[in-house]
Amino acid sequence: MASKPRIKLPETAKVGEIIEIKTLIAHVMETGQRRDAAGRAVPRDIINAFSASYAGREIFKATLHPGTSANPYLQFMMRVPGPGEFEFTWTDDAGAKIAERVKLNVV
Amino acid sequence: MPHGQMNRLVTATFRRRDILAGTAAVAGLLGVSSRSSELAAQAAAKPALSEFDLALKKIMGDAKPSDGKLTLDIPEIAENGNTVPYTVAVESPMTETDFVKALHVLATSNPQPGVASFSFTPDSGSSFVGSRLRLSRTQDVVAVAELSDGRFLLARRTVKVTIGGCGG
Repeated sequence: MASKPRIKLPETAKVGEIIEIKTLIAHVMETGQRRDAAGRAVPRDIINAFSASYAGREIFKATLHPGTSANPYLQFMMRVPGPGEFEFTWTDDAGAKIAERVKLNVV
Repeated sequence: MPHGQMNRLVTATFRRRDILAGTAAVAGLLGVSSRSSELAAQAAAKPALSEFDLALKKIMGDAKPSDGKLTLDIPEIAENGNTVPYTVAVESPMTETDFVKALHVLATSNPQPGVASFSFTPDSGSSFVGSRLRLSRTQDVVAVAELSDGRFLLARRTVKVTIGGCGG
């Protein structure tokens, strides 16, 4: 579906701290409104869902519509409950998923 | 007025406005209170709901937005409508009993008004979100927050677009 997503977390985090998470995935986010050079409608193809969980608990979820730009970028926050690992999942219109797991360095 | 004329009114051409006018006239003839003809006139004057209105109604139902701290941060002028950065945040303690359930972002005049919907849990710690959206032309961007107590907050910003997105 797409290339490896980019994920930015703070280098270290403390328990109870509210941290910022930034993610970006390369994707055309075709709206379904455009026509190609021959006048044919270009079918819709977008990443329609994103979810983030930490230590098995969901912390943030996004439903994306065609109004979201290509290469969807998402920035959101989390209160650090303790040591753990993030799981980020992107899902496209065809149902294909890309999942990434990243450990948070809790000090 | 003769009975025949009433029939003509009812069976007149089936354009919506004509039917409403006919209904109002018939109501008048039958001595029905003028209230129903007022309602018919109101219905005729009401413009059709836009895609944006429908999308907003889907989120809020008939609820009215409350006062509260919802911040939608977006540039006033976007040189490129293909990618306009924005952030949305609500001042909320994000506790089990008082948190922001969801934020919805809509564009009033895009061919499809939906931009994104974000959902949170008390574990999120904050309802801040940042992303990028497309604008086909100059229009308003609307953010709606759905709170855990069932209330809604709404913010609206106009963005001037120099080069539109969403298209070829």
